[in-house]
Amino acid sequence: MIDIKAMPPPRVRRNYLELRQLNKTYHSPKGSAVIVNDFNLDIAEGEFVTLIGHSGCGKSTVLSMVAGLTSASAGGMVLAGREIAGPGPDRGVVFQSPSLLPWMTARENVMLGVSQVFYTASAAERLQLAEYYLTVVGLADSMNKRPAELSQGMRQRVGIARAFALSPKMLLLDEPFGMLDSLTRFELQAVLLELWKRQRITALMVTHDVDEALYLSDRIVCMTDGPEAEVGDIVPVPFERPRDRVAVMEHPEYYKLRERLIEFLEVHAHKKRRVSFPAGKATNTEAAA
Amino acid sequence: MNFFKRYKLDSVLLPLIGVGAFLILWLAIAGRVETRKTLDEFGDPVTKTVKTGLSPDLPSPAETWKASKPYLAEPFAKRGELDQGILAFTILSLSLVMQGYLIALAIGTPLGFFLGLSKTFTKAMDPIIQVLRPVSPLAWFPLGLVLFSSVKFIDGGGKTVFGASDAAALFTIAVCSMWPAVMNTAVGVRAVPTDYLNVAKVLKLSRGKTLFKVLLPATLPYMFTGFRLSLGIAWLVIVAVEMLTGRPGVGGFLWQEYNAGSYSRIILCILTIGIVGLVLDRLMSVVESRFKTA
Ligand SMILES: Nc1ncnc2c1ncn2[C@@H]1O[C@H](COP(=O)(O)OP(=O)(O)OP(=O)(O)O)[C@@H](O)[C@H]1O
Ligand SMILES: [Mg+2]
Repeated sequence: MIDIKAMPPPRVRRNYLELRQLNKTYHSPKGSAVIVNDFNLDIAEGEFVTLIGHSGCGKSTVLSMVAGLTSASAGGMVLAGREIAGPGPDRGVVFQSPSLLPWMTARENVMLGVSQVFYTASAAERLQLAEYYLTVVGLADSMNKRPAELSQGMRQRVGIARAFALSPKMLLLDEPFGMLDSLTRFELQAVLLELWKRQRITALMVTHDVDEALYLSDRIVCMTDGPEAEVGDIVPVPFERPRDRVAVMEHPEYYKLRERLIEFLEVHAHKKRRVSFPAGKATNTEAAA
Repeated sequence: MNFFKRYKLDSVLLPLIGVGAFLILWLAIAGRVETRKTLDEFGDPVTKTVKTGLSPDLPSPAETWKASKPYLAEPFAKRGELDQGILAFTILSLSLVMQGYLIALAIGTPLGFFLGLSKTFTKAMDPIIQVLRPVSPLAWFPLGLVLFSSVKFIDGGGKTVFGASDAAALFTIAVCSMWPAVMNTAVGVRAVPTDYLNVAKVLKLSRGKTLFKVLLPATLPYMFTGFRLSLGIAWLVIVAVEMLTGRPGVGGFLWQEYNAGSYSRIILCILTIGIVGLVLDRLMSVVESRFKTA
């Protein structure tokens, strides 16, 4: 059932990112709202994990806690053996809107992070690095353009280049392609996969798109609906890499997995308790094993 | 073709109609000089000139033009402290305004930044600002005199170069014109998108870098709107300040001519003030739009 080739090589750390009993509670005068509760997840080094769930269930909340932009109300987060405390450039973040600084060119936007992380490198080396990533994402000719002169898709390419150029321990992507039309989305998924293949950066990505999740990830984490959202099901994706979109879609497993995900979203996400599937109960421990 | 006609109509003809109507109205209410031949109480014929009209003392456009001509023909002439060409006066006024305005920006911009960054600071300062903001320059000036009563810089010849009234003048301009810069900067800082701040946080930019690479550029468009409005107010205040100090300048000249009964030149001063204000505003708009690209 689980394709060995899809799993990360054995020497890598299995618990590269550990999320233990994460809880996020917002307090307001009207009372407190528990958004995420008892959220547990392990991600292996070099693994690509996507997080799906209904709108408003708390996917962004989880991601932003890992990014350090939101503090967790309870629970522990450990990345590469270190407790996560606050944001830092060891986690490259790609936001839903590209969030480029509009007064800087594409190159300067990437350079901002590069200079911050590789401050010991020479200016020429840093520039080379920034330009390398911009070239890889296909912006060799647009490095001097400001965000206003770039299309939405090109801006998100810059966002991806900016995140990868930090050589982070981990990539965090919050619906990075959500605002793009489907053709551009396909292009950028390929760009992302290509970069990821080269560097094997551990990635956690939030998406609404089941097909995108199946094409990109090693495992798909389904979240139950909030409040008190948690991990509902974890679906391993067995397709061998490098992946080809057509081959993936023609794979005999593709529709089974797709149905399983959609069934989860339509039926089981609403249930409070964790659900088990006839196809084999997938839990954190099993998937990471 | 059609566009050209329309353009001409909108940008040339209509303003001309407006100006024409204004001149007619002015002419209608201005005083007219009439010479009347009457007999005095002894029965002798005398000629008397009387002013009639809705506002008998208001000079007509033609009289205004005639009285203003020497000041316009030699705009930089200096016949005396309070008898100079209109541009010479304008330059004197502008230089005072600029000094006060720069002080206003130097204090107002950082103040706006702090207000935008800190809710606590805003809460502490808000009542003071709200109370001070609407105070008229006429009220500030005497306080300035009191505050800076000991200021006195004397040159070699024993002449005061910069005294209490100069300090009070700058103080009044600065304190009156500061507020738009303060408020707009604060609003701009508060309006910096969270996304940009998150970028700064994720990259762990230092405080200085966050300020100069993210906050400041993101706030610039708002700041310049504030700067433009502040300049407008600074220019508005100048007349009051010059009237109170008797300094040479457009406002000082206006007040002097009023006291001397030369009403035509008051109108010259008013028009000059208006035109200079307009030019300043336009110049600032150009600067402002340079930063609007963000
Ligand atoms: N600052 C806040 N205060 C109170 N509640 C909040 C706050 N931020 C988010 N929430 C709530 O947390 C819940 C989860 O939000 P979150 O943005 O994580 O959802 P999501 O799964 O990312 O949704 P989407 O798919 O639409 O992006 C929402 O119900 C939202 O109302
Ligand atoms: Mg979200």
